[in-house]
Amino acid sequence: MSDKRIDVKKTYKMYMGGDFPRSESGRTYKVYDSEKNLLANACQGSRKDFRDAVKIARGAFDGWSSRSAYNRGQILYRIAEMLEDRRDQFMKELGPIGFKTSEAEADINASIDRLIYYAGWADKYQQVFGSINPVASSHFNFSLLEPTGVVAAFAPEKSPLLGLVSIIVPIIVGGNTCVILASEDHPLPAISFAEVLNSSDVPGGVVNILTGFRKELSEHFSTHMDVNAMIYTDTLPQEMKKSIDENASLNVKRIIKKPIEDWYSEEAQSPYFLTNFQETKTTWHPVGF
Amino acid sequence: MSDTETKEVPYKPTSPNSKLDFESVWEYAPAPQTSDFVEVKDRYDLFIGGKFVKPSKGRYFKSTNPATAEEVTEFAEATQKDVDKAVKAARKAFEGEWSKISAKERGKYIYRIARMLQERAREFAVLESMDGGKPIRESRDVDIPLVAAYFFYYAGWADKLEYAFPGKKPKPLGVCGQIIPWNFPLLMLAWKIAPALACGNTVVLKPAETTSLTALKFAELVQDCGLPEGVVNIVTGAGQTGAEIVNHKDIDKIAFTGSTQVGKIIQKSLAGTDKKYTLELGGKGALVIFEDAPIDQAVEGIINAIYFNQGHVCCAGSRLLVQEGVADKVIQKLKDRLETLVVGDPLDKNTDIGAINSKEQFETINKYLELGVEEGADIYQSKCDIPENGYFIRPTLFTNVSQSNRVVQEEIFGPVLTVQTFRTADEGIEKANNTPYGLASGVWTDKGSKIFQMGSKMRSGVIWANTYNKFDPTSPFGGYKESGVGREGGLHGLAAYTKI
Repeated sequence: MSDKRIDVKKTYKMYMGGDFPRSESGRTYKVYDSEKNLLANACQGSRKDFRDAVKIARGAFDGWSSRSAYNRGQILYRIAEMLEDRRDQFMKELGPIGFKTSEAEADINASIDRLIYYAGWADKYQQVFGSINPVASSHFNFSLLEPTGVVAAFAPEKSPLLGLVSIIVPIIVGGNTCVILASEDHPLPAISFAEVLNSSDVPGGVVNILTGFRKELSEHFSTHMDVNAMIYTDTLPQEMKKSIDENASLNVKRIIKKPIEDWYSEEAQSPYFLTNFQETKTTWHPVGF
Repeated sequence: MSDTETKEVPYKPTSPNSKLDFESVWEYAPAPQTSDFVEVKDRYDLFIGGKFVKPSKGRYFKSTNPATAEEVTEFAEATQKDVDKAVKAARKAFEGEWSKISAKERGKYIYRIARMLQERAREFAVLESMDGGKPIRESRDVDIPLVAAYFFYYAGWADKLEYAFPGKKPKPLGVCGQIIPWNFPLLMLAWKIAPALACGNTVVLKPAETTSLTALKFAELVQDCGLPEGVVNIVTGAGQTGAEIVNHKDIDKIAFTGSTQVGKIIQKSLAGTDKKYTLELGGKGALVIFEDAPIDQAVEGIINAIYFNQGHVCCAGSRLLVQEGVADKVIQKLKDRLETLVVGDPLDKNTDIGAINSKEQFETINKYLELGVEEGADIYQSKCDIPENGYFIRPTLFTNVSQSNRVVQEEIFGPVLTVQTFRTADEGIEKANNTPYGLASGVWTDKGSKIFQMGSKMRSGVIWANTYNKFDPTSPFGGYKESGVGREGGLHGLAAYTKI
C-alpha cells in the first residue's frame, strides 16, 4: 500500500447568478497548459446559457444600480481584499499557462491595484462627470450619470486575469450588470476569479462569467434584445467585428471597442472607460414661488 | 377628501360661459406676419468650399410650403460626386487653414455666426415657418433664439476644451458628416455645427429634403462671416444623398438626428468601420400625472408636450399616464383646452398649431389615426376649423388604449396623444418604461421627493419635472435604449466631437 496522495482536481464550471452551474448543453472543451498537458474540461457555454445569464443580469440590475456609490466602492475594495488573500491560488492558475513567477506576481498585483483604482472612482465619477447646467430660463437643471443596463463583454484573450478584471470593474462600478465570456484558451483564471467575486460581497447576478467559444457566441451576444451595450478590446477578425457592429443596430446597442494590447499601460485604466457604460440623464425643474 | 367627494365637486372654470369658448365668447382677429421682406431665390445650389455650385448631375427638386401646398423654391440634388467634392473641401480646410487658426480666434468666428443670426432673426423665423409649416410664434420665440444661443454657448468652449475633459488634451476628429431632420431645421443645424466647429472640426451637413431653405440661407451667412472656405459645406438631397455621406470613406464622424428606423440603418452601415457616431433618434415620451399635481399646470404642460410644433418633436410627450383619481378631470380639462387651440396659417401670430410638414407625413399620421380606431381606442379631436389647402390635422387624443396598442408603442410624430391611467407609482413607472424608446419623460406632482424618485426610475435621457419641452444649449439632451447614442448640448455634447 502506497502513501501517495491523489490530489483533488477542481471541476471548472461557469458563474451565473452567484451559482456555479455547468453548461445546460452538457458540452465541455479541453483546456491545456503551455506544455499541452490537459488542465481541465471547461464548460462550452451555449446560446441558452447566455440567454439565462442575461436574464439573471437584468434581474440583478435594479438592486445593484440602486446601491449607494459608497457601498459599491466598498464592495469593489472587498474584491481586492479577497484577491490579495488568494494570491497563491492565482499563482497556481497563471504559472501553468506560461506566466513566469515574476510575471504572475505582477499580473496579480496589477489586478488588485486596478480593483482599488476603480473602487476609488465609485463615489467620485458622478462629481467629475455630472453637471449643473446654467440654463437661461427659470429652471434648475442638472445632469447625472446612470448605468446603461446589461453589458455583454468579450474578455481579452491574452490577459486572462488582469484583462478580465480591467473589463469587469469599470462596467460594474457604475451600477451596470454584465455577462462576460472568458478568454477562450485560458478560461480557468476567470472561474477562479468568480470564486473571489462570490466570496466578496458582490450580489449574485451582477457579474456572470461564461466559458466557451467566441465564434459560436458572438452572434448571440450581439443580437440579444435585452443587452444594452457590448464591449470588446481585442482586435477581432474583420468579419466578426462587422457582424457584431451590424447586429448591435437591432436595438441600438452601445458598442465599445478599444483595442488594448498592454493591460499594464496607462490607457488600460481611466474614468472615461467607466463613462462608456453610462447614460447622461438631464432633469429640469421650474424655479419660482 | 375621498375620491367620490372629489368627483361630486362641479367643475368650474373661470370663463363667463363656464368654458373657454372661442366660438361665441371671444375670437381672434387675424395677425399675419409679413413675409414680403424676405428674399427667396427660385433655385438654390449646393454650398461647397465656400461657394454655391451647381449639382454635377444638374438635378433639382421642388420644395413646397405645407400650409398652402404651393412651391417655395427648388433645391439641388447632391449625388456621390457632389458629396465627394464637399468632403474633399472639408478635408482640405481641416488640414489647412482651419487647423492653423488658434482656438481663441476659431471661437470668434462662431461668435460672429451667433451675432449675425440674431441680427437676422426675424428673417430666419419667417423662412422657417414658410418652408416647414411651424407656427411663427414658435420659430420666432423658440427656434431662432435657441439657434443663436447654441452658437454663443459653443463659441466660448473653443479655447477651453481642456477644462471640459479633465486629464485629457482633446483633439478634433476631422471631417464630420451630419444629417438633420425636418422638424427643427435650423435648430438641428446649430446643434450639429456649433460644437463641431468649436472643437476644430469641419463639416458636411445635409438638411432634410423638405426643409433645406434656412440651411442655405445659413450658408450665405457663413460667407458673410468670412469663415474659411470649406469649413462648412451644405449639400441638399434626400435619403440617397444621406447614404453617400454615411458611406463616405474620408469622413471621421457621423452625426444623425432622425427616426429610430433610419438610425438603425445608419448604425448598420457603419459596422466594421472605426467611424465615430452619435444618433439622436425617436421617442415615445411618457407624461406621468399624479393626483397631487397642480392639475391646471399639468394640463398646460401636456398641451405643450404633445402639440408643440404639431407634435413633430422626437421627445414629444405622446403618452399620458394619469393617476386614476384625477383621470376624468384631467381628460375633461384637456378636451376643453384642445378646443381653444388655433390651427391654421403658420405665419399668423395667433396660430398654435401649424401645418404638417409634408404630404407624406400627413398621410402617415392619418394612417395612425385610423389604426388607433381599429385597435379599439376612442378618438377625440378638437372641433376647430382648419384651412382647406395644405396639410393640417386637428389636435387629437386617444382614450381607452392599452399598452400593447401600436398607437401607444410607436412614434407617430404628429399631434396625437394617447391616454392611459395608473393606480400606484410603480405601475406608472412600469408603463412609462414599457416601450423600446427612452428619450424624454415628464412627471407632475406637488411633492419634491416623489419627483426625484420618479425621475431616477424613469429610463430616459431627459426628465422634465412639472414642465416639458424645455431646451437650452447648456443642457445635455439624448436618449437611452433605442432613442439613440450620445448626447448633444452642454459639455457632454462636446465629447462627441473630440478625440480624448
